[in-house]
Amino acid sequence: MKRMNLNFIVGLFIIAGMAAVAYLSVTIAGVSGYSKDNYQLVAKFSNSSGLKKGAFIEIAGVKVGKVTNIVLDKEAFESVATFTFDDDVALSEDTIASIRTAGILGDKFVKISPGATDEMLSSGDEIIETESSISIEELVSKYMFNSDDKS
Amino acid sequence: MFNSLTLTIESIGSVVVRRIESAGRLGTFLAQIVSRLWGHKFPLGETIKQLHFVGARTVPLILISGLFTGMVIALQFYDTLIRFGSVELLGAAVAMSLIRELGPVMAALMVIARVGSATCAEIGIMRNEQQFDALDCMAIDSYHYIMLPRLIAALIAVPLLTALFDVFGIGGGYIVGVLIHGVSEGAYLTGMADTIVWNDVLMGLIKSTLFGGVILWISLAKGFYLHIEQKNAGAEGVSQATTNAVVLSAVLMLFVDYIVSSLMI
Repeated sequence: MKRMNLNFIVGLFIIAGMAAVAYLSVTIAGVSGYSKDNYQLVAKFSNSSGLKKGAFIEIAGVKVGKVTNIVLDKEAFESVATFTFDDDVALSEDTIASIRTAGILGDKFVKISPGATDEMLSSGDEIIETESSISIEELVSKYMFNSDDKS
Repeated sequence: MFNSLTLTIESIGSVVVRRIESAGRLGTFLAQIVSRLWGHKFPLGETIKQLHFVGARTVPLILISGLFTGMVIALQFYDTLIRFGSVELLGAAVAMSLIRELGPVMAALMVIARVGSATCAEIGIMRNEQQFDALDCMAIDSYHYIMLPRLIAALIAVPLLTALFDVFGIGGGYIVGVLIHGVSEGAYLTGMADTIVWNDVLMGLIKSTLFGGVILWISLAKGFYLHIEQKNAGAEGVSQATTNAVVLSAVLMLFVDYIVSSLMI
């Protein structure tokens, strides 16, 4: 009986602990065993400064995918980003991908502005129209050099 | 003059030699315990008993300290964040600091206070009463019978205790942030879910597993080598060994904490 009781309490402790680990991993860290079907698109940016792997992709403020890879195109010296979209999001060919910042100090994310043509992008295609990150320093230096030229 | 110089050098040497010997003892002690995993029947009954002692009976302490830690972090972050008008970051800040750093460290400190000290004293008194010699006489392997279950129990129990600490801390933060200060519930919960990734949770789990190992390793070894390391093997020796075990395991735990953090960030 004593033994029984001890085992019961230990079992209860293990179950409670496991439940806590599961809560932390599934609810808070968002790990799930199955992943939605998805497809990949690539996009080239002249500057993707600040965009990281795992950054969100949003359409009208709703999260529809993630940035899964960013590499340098060694010939054109462009940044090639791979986007992974949920399968139920269909995008047309004249879609625009722009790198934006959440708030002033927030993370960079990719904003997708859907196009209007009937031609749809399929897995592996490239989003042609892109807008690069806006760097405040570059804007400031451009402004400063321009004013230098004038004076 | 020359004589005093020799004495100084001698004393430095003896301190260094003693430290190295002590480190070597700790290392071989751990290796002895780990080697008992193979070729022996796993001591399941003893391990469950130790899980009860290390894990289940520490839960109330963990819950209370977790709740208050969460509440006080939420209060401090709330007071800071409100000055920048970004209270919606409260959930993320509380969860991030709890899961990555405070949860593992605070839970480990609680385990040191409750389990490490008790274990060291228990083992030290067993050594004093020559119970280990008695076990040897009966051909019972004390590494296998006494040490291994305790180490395994700590490796299993401490991560679970840490997870409970995190969850209750987040709950405490919820009480202070959402219920008392009126931060929006959605901001608190989604802020958390958006910021925390699996890597953070994994870091917490790895840390706490290592902490559990370090705590019991040091506490067991300090008690087991009482007769070698302490001048008086009596009650004074036990108290001295327990103090050493608590201090060393706390310092070593924080050192491991830094190493794991720097490797995983």
